[in-house]
Amino acid sequence: MKVLVPVKRVLDYNVKPRVKADGTGVDLANVKMSMNPFDEIAVEEAIRLKDKGVTEIVVVSIGEQKSQETLRTALAMGADRAILVLSETKVEPLGVAKILAKIVEEEQPDLVILGKQAIDDDNNQTGQMLAGLLNWGQGTFASKVEIADDSVHVTREVDGGAETDTLKLPAIITTDLRLNEPRYASLPNIMKAKSKPMATKAPADFGVDVTPRLTTLKVVEPAKRSAGIKVADVDELVGKLKTMGVAK
Amino acid sequence: MKTLVWVEHDGTAVRDATLRTVTAASLLGEVHLLVVGHGVGGVAQAAAGIAGVGVVHVADDVEYAHLLAENVAPLVVELMGRHDAFLAPATTSGKALAPRVAALLDVMQISDILSVEGEDTFTRPIYAGNAIATVRTSDVKKVLTVRGTAFEKAASDGGTGRIETVESTGDKGLSTFVGQEIAASSRPELTSARVIVAGGRALGSGERFAELIEPLADRLGAGVGASRAAVDAGYVPNDYQIGQTGKIVAPEVYVAVGISGAIQHLAGMKDSKTIIAINKDEDAPIFQVADLGLVGDLFEIVPELTRKL
Repeated sequence: MKVLVPVKRVLDYNVKPRVKADGTGVDLANVKMSMNPFDEIAVEEAIRLKDKGVTEIVVVSIGEQKSQETLRTALAMGADRAILVLSETKVEPLGVAKILAKIVEEEQPDLVILGKQAIDDDNNQTGQMLAGLLNWGQGTFASKVEIADDSVHVTREVDGGAETDTLKLPAIITTDLRLNEPRYASLPNIMKAKSKPMATKAPADFGVDVTPRLTTLKVVEPAKRSAGIKVADVDELVGKLKTMGVAK
Repeated sequence: MKTLVWVEHDGTAVRDATLRTVTAASLLGEVHLLVVGHGVGGVAQAAAGIAGVGVVHVADDVEYAHLLAENVAPLVVELMGRHDAFLAPATTSGKALAPRVAALLDVMQISDILSVEGEDTFTRPIYAGNAIATVRTSDVKKVLTVRGTAFEKAASDGGTGRIETVESTGDKGLSTFVGQEIAASSRPELTSARVIVAGGRALGSGERFAELIEPLADRLGAGVGASRAAVDAGYVPNDYQIGQTGKIVAPEVYVAVGISGAIQHLAGMKDSKTIIAINKDEDAPIFQVADLGLVGDLFEIVPELTRKL
């Protein structure tokens, strides 16, 4: 059984994003970049499924040259080979999904595991779009994945609690944070990852038009909250709550 | 512009998030609704009563019983032949459905909109709400998910919607519903609560969380939320989680107890009207957004506060 795991290089989750003064976006020059946390969970889940019939894990990233670092990280964690789709311009989720659909056609995986959202654009779209394009079942926001013979049981985090669905394979899964705890790559594995195969492609190789549909007109900082006050004790806090009409 | 709003419901009632989505849709043009499910006659009636609504399309069939995106999306696509925009609330079910619809229509979805700036221009948060982007779409058909806390609720009565039956597009056979575990709670639902009391990892255990946070919430008639750390530590179920990857709330009063205020958490609550923080670390980032802060040991402060309210 083959699993495809798309990964994205994003601003590290610990870094506070700074909006550029000219309003064109967030400043990504000289800041720490990392694998999107949800994608790490996706890679980890694919590796864990290796005990349960998964024989090959292919990781793919679409983006600039430096995305190969993200792919190396995934290879060091335990993926078998990588595909870098080189694009110096930003590709939107719809374009990403279209490229991934072509890669799926070529690679014929049984399962594609994606993060539920990237922490930079916060879209939460790509997995669902890919499922739609392929006409496959989708198990979004997965907190538990169990493979049966020709299907997969997915427990999903939904607003009221949890829901379990069974998907016919091949299928799409998107990961929630509670699915697993990703491993750290050990030094020997990082060294080994350097010799694992990585193919480089371009969006044009797939015959997919990735012209953006959206234009970002401006990016601004959200309205700042004015500084508050510290109260000395509980009595003062209760007094304030009463003035606000929250407490009787 | 003719809009189609997907009505999120629990089988009997229309959820508040839908009413907020209707308000966003009304800024674009004519509002039509889509009620999907099995045995949803009552919901359809309620939907028709929402102020300002035109046609209420109703697809009532067994394959829609659990609102699986694989079965619902083709139905939406069919109806989009007669509509210009599809809007769904940015809830877990809206997020699961809308991008699938967008891909089938070959359009780029705009997620979690905060405002409608024009018929093709919207604002939305990126980077965990640390930046607000204004985006314009060149797609003729629009697919949008709507951040509920950014829009007022449409009136749930006074409407004279016309109910029309839509034929089912059938079971696509890609997925089946197995079961669900819905956390029962008598407290106000988080996304619509006026007051929220939320606890963090500093509570130390599920027992302490229940002992301290719940009585305080009861005193204030508040909903109960939690940080991701508290959820990951197993103190409370995951549907309590407030943050970038959990629920987005904007109550009148938000009481953060033992929550440091990580970026991920702030993204889910920083639009609250008044934020109150109780934390022993006076340098905790939560104090940078709190209107009222009390530095001290929550194990002493919270019981005293509960007693004095």
